[in-house]
Amino acid sequence: MKKGTQLWLEALKEEGVDIIFGYPGGYVLDIFDELYKQNDIRLVLPRHEQAAVHGADAYARATGKVGVCVATSGPGATNLVTGIANANYDSVPLVCFTGQVPLELIGNDAFQEVDFIGITRSICKYGVMVKDRKDLGRIIKEAFYIARTGKPGPVVVDLPANVMKEMEKDSYPAEVHIRGYKPNSDVHIGQLKRAVKLLKEAKRPLFLCGGGINIAHANEAFLKLAEAVQIPVITTVMGKGAIATNHPLYVGSMGMHGCYAANKAVSECDLLFSIGTRFNDRITGKISEFAKDAKIVHIDIDTAAISRNIKVDVPVVGDAKLAVEKMLTMVKQCDTKQWLEKIQCWKKEYPLSVKQGEKVNPQKIIEGINHVFDNFIAVTDVGQHQMWTTQFLELDENKKLLTSGGLGAMGFGFPGAIGAQIACPNKQVICITGDGGFQMNMAEMATAVAWELPIVVLVLNNSFLGMVRQQQQYFCEKHYYGTCLKERISCHRASCTAPEQCPPYIPDFLKFAESYGVEAFRVTEESEIEQTLQQASSIAQQKKAPVLVEFILERYDIVLPIVRHGGTLDNMILEEN
Amino acid sequence: MDMKKRWLAVFVENQVGVLAKVSGLCSSKLYNIESITVGTTADPTISRMTFGFLSNDATFEQIKKQMNRCVEVIKVIDLTDIPTHMKELMFIKLKINSPTEKEEVISIAKIFRASIIDYDMERIILQSVNSEIGNDDLIRLLSKGFHDIEIVRGGVVSIEAMSISNG
Repeated sequence: MKKGTQLWLEALKEEGVDIIFGYPGGYVLDIFDELYKQNDIRLVLPRHEQAAVHGADAYARATGKVGVCVATSGPGATNLVTGIANANYDSVPLVCFTGQVPLELIGNDAFQEVDFIGITRSICKYGVMVKDRKDLGRIIKEAFYIARTGKPGPVVVDLPANVMKEMEKDSYPAEVHIRGYKPNSDVHIGQLKRAVKLLKEAKRPLFLCGGGINIAHANEAFLKLAEAVQIPVITTVMGKGAIATNHPLYVGSMGMHGCYAANKAVSECDLLFSIGTRFNDRITGKISEFAKDAKIVHIDIDTAAISRNIKVDVPVVGDAKLAVEKMLTMVKQCDTKQWLEKIQCWKKEYPLSVKQGEKVNPQKIIEGINHVFDNFIAVTDVGQHQMWTTQFLELDENKKLLTSGGLGAMGFGFPGAIGAQIACPNKQVICITGDGGFQMNMAEMATAVAWELPIVVLVLNNSFLGMVRQQQQYFCEKHYYGTCLKERISCHRASCTAPEQCPPYIPDFLKFAESYGVEAFRVTEESEIEQTLQQASSIAQQKKAPVLVEFILERYDIVLPIVRHGGTLDNMILEEN
Repeated sequence: MDMKKRWLAVFVENQVGVLAKVSGLCSSKLYNIESITVGTTADPTISRMTFGFLSNDATFEQIKKQMNRCVEVIKVIDLTDIPTHMKELMFIKLKINSPTEKEEVISIAKIFRASIIDYDMERIILQSVNSEIGNDDLIRLLSKGFHDIEIVRGGVVSIEAMSISNG
């Protein structure tokens, strides 16, 4: 006879889980007690459940395995919500186990009871409460299967405390059969042939790669394809790294803060060959003007993503890697010489840059990373630093980027870096974050120290919630309301233009780091960037501890270009106003 | 544009929360459900839902795809343009003020093939099993002559036809 928690543990081991991110509580006591009795699975204890789910998320992104997190009922579960939505929008395989009050208390407004399956219904791939001990094994099996197959995503499994206590004579099932869930495992060859025919006929073809390329591990095959046909490549934010950024065919990332050449190329191509993107509003701009001269091919694993936002001429449903590999045998080189030259001209016309001010230029920081590190995982938070990273960071098979693309969840960066570093202990993990986003989850410094993680944390401090501030600059007549992180109750709007009167920034990040016994540097001169990065990395590796580097930026730096919300892609704001 | 009434039969797992999942999917994407009925099938583990939507082609395509994505959804059948038998049960409770009014209700009921299933000295209950449009017509007609009307509509159920279309 096996207790529910025993079968749960057996299931995790069967699924190859060796790390879980979890926070204890009353209704997961038995689960934690089960974990206590074994050594195969390690528990990462964060300081907030949100960090547990972001950590598991980044762990999954870095390894390709299913990330696992555990939280207790009620507030423990509700603290997971942002992280579940984040994993859902970026298609990350995750299984989230939540404690629940015993079945007989459900519906009684019991202590720490919430209808978590109800709460997460619209933000996860699948959610289920185990109401019968006999179903426990099957449900966990299905949860892992659903999370990792098809278009991956988070699955929530709610575990009432009494079910986990009950005894049953059973073992973890070997097979899974779900009659309502049959993920696509093949590619329609007829559709692929039609797509390839368009490719051959096109004069100005363009590849648009979304996150699907990275998720399907189609990078290698895609590189071969791009080189075979000699077609330029642009990416979405999530697709960045689909092809090495220094590859001659790579143009840049596109969309709201994409590069001029990439956005021009979309607007002027005659065939947009897209793979693994859902044509989110951040990349399309005004729908009616998007790639308006082009036929559009769309390869995606998700039928519902096809012709939802953008009307597609040739839809191909299937796994990106499988589709790209099949195409390799069907294509030959296209004559794109003139088209490539044209794109090169656009690249030279408006190269990406951040205007030089008196303080540290963020472009130089990211370029510093490019010079100093050749084997890393960069994890960003959300905001201006994230866009600068996607604009300037060089990626290849040894340099990876993890970022919260779809949900744009501030607070992801630091716990994400922790998950990535635990997943890949031999890689240098670099957390690139802003002063706003870092503060959302900076209590995780304790987790990073406890786990002896040599993360280099780069805080790009402009003492503003910079991305919102720059939108206020352009679209709200410079009404900087609720975005200044120096602001205090005593501040007067009238004297706001005199920076010398501003109160000092809080917190002092160096003292913050010190309180965790973490070494920290403040960089105010560009000449110090590379040397400090190098030093931070070697101290981190040597001491097996995180190192924090704060960069003092110009307060009013902006990310350019900008495509207005709902504006046309080739009508970019290229200059500061 | 191409706005029109559309119908779906959706086979789902007969479990707690599945109705909420499917209807929640519709509300989260602002698809307005005009009519919904649910009942178990010959297989007690499967429920069949019948949905009515007023929508355009593109939205309706999305509705079908999104429903198909749900793990709990086993099969989606588009009933819009195929021969079906489609009926809605409706009860109407009317206040009768005179023998003439009573006569009128009885003759309307006859024409609409509605039955009188209950009455007292002041009121009559009609039961109408008709197409959605037929029931709409009956309500419109009765509303002209009667003001104290209580209507209970059951939503449409539908089954694919064999030899007879839209019987």
